[in-house]
Parts: sequence; structure tokens; C-alpha cells
Amino acid sequence: MSDAFRVHSRRDGQFAVISTEGYINNLAGDKIVEEFNTFVSQDVKHFVLNLEKTQLVNSIGVSILIEVIEKVQEIGGTLSFCRLAPIIAKTFKIMGLTQYATVFETEEDALAAK
Amino acid sequence: MTIPKKVCLQIPMLPDMELAATKTAEEVARFMQFATDSIDEIKMALIEGIINAFEHSKSSDKTVYIQFDMQDEELEVTIQDYGTGFDASQKNSIQLFQKRGYGRALMEALMDDVKYFTSPNGTKVVMKKRRH
Repeated sequence: MSDAFRVHSRRDGQFAVISTEGYINNLAGDKIVEEFNTFVSQDVKHFVLNLEKTQLVNSIGVSILIEVIEKVQEIGGTLSFCRLAPIIAKTFKIMGLTQYATVFETEEDALAAK
Repeated sequence: MTIPKKVCLQIPMLPDMELAATKTAEEVARFMQFATDSIDEIKMALIEGIINAFEHSKSSDKTVYIQFDMQDEELEVTIQDYGTGFDASQKNSIQLFQKRGYGRALMEALMDDVKYFTSPNGTKVVMKKRRH
């Protein structure tokens, strides 16, 4: 499909910011985990996931994000989301992600939170 | 003569083909003047219904059949496969940090009505969304 998934990441102080572009399915979820693991190996514990350029997800992709939240908890870190489309925010709420990860309007808000 | 307001689609069980169905759903729902949030909810529920069929149906024809039925105040979406069926009585509530099995709960939360008709000859999911 034309909605190819891309992921970009960068360090911002104590945070790693991971930004997605496109549909988050199982393969996209695995790419996010790869980025996450790279930063964990560099002793990063705090993560912001910016979904501004993602309009659709599926439950398999979101299940992989739940695994990321579990790993963040294991290392004593934090994970927050920002720039969620309303349907993605609703999906996260239904699936229970918002109990364990904070949702911010903007990336700046997420980075200022700690 | 009344024009039947139905759109039929069949998609192969190939990666990301559910997105092709969401594009049709968007056009149909927009034609019916659904609000943007409702359109997104229909698309998300449709994705879940289709990937459930992809993952679990064991369908020999590897095809999912979708019908959009435009009624006066609601859109009815039917997702049909000719696989082996499933146990519809299984609990579908969401547990803390469960790994999989969110599809039915999501469909039911996002649509106004969801019914399952399943047998060893296949599964039909009928979902309705009202135009509020």
C-alpha cells in the first residue's frame, strides 16, 4: 500500500523522541521496538512517541506498544505519547494504554513534563 | 425505481489490504455525511474486523468479502469470510497488559451495534453505525 511506514528518532536531553509516519501495524510496531531498544542500549529511560503523522493503527501494532510500555516500566523509565489523532487517542483509551502512559498535546509539552 | 445503495468489495488476505477497504469505507461514509470522528471509528472497526479474518479464519479462498449497506440513518458494514469460524461465546473483555485479542472489544466500542454469525463454514460480522 502507499501508506508506507517510517520512523524517525532523536535524542533531546534525557529523552528519546520517536516519531512515526504512516499506519502502525505489526511490522511498524516492530520497527518502533527496534528504535526503542537502540536507545535503551544507550541507557535512555525516558521516551516520547510522537504520532503526528500517523492516522491509523491496528490492535496488533498497539499491542506491541503495550510491550514497549512494559519494558519502560521494567527499566524505571517513562513513555508518553503526543500529537494523537482523535481516533488513536480513543483506541488507546479503550485498550488501556492511557493508564500507563501520559498523553500530551504537543511534543514540547511532553519534553517539559519531567 | 429505487437504486440499491450497496457497495461490495472483496479483498485478498495480503498485508495491509485492510487499508484498501478503509478507503472505500471513507468514501461511503462521506457520501452519507457522517462526521469525521464517526468515519474514523468506522475505518478502525473495519480494520479490526478484517485483520481478525486474516489472522484467524483459516479461509481456503484467502479472501474477505465486505459489503457497505447505506440505510437512511445508518451504515451497515458486513465482513464475511469462508473460514472455519470461531467460538463467539468466548469472553472479549480487555485485561491489563494483555498481548492480543483486542479486536472484538474495539469493534464493539467504536460501532453502535456488532453481531457475529459464525459456523464451521465461515464468519459474518455485521456492524452498524448510526449517523448521530
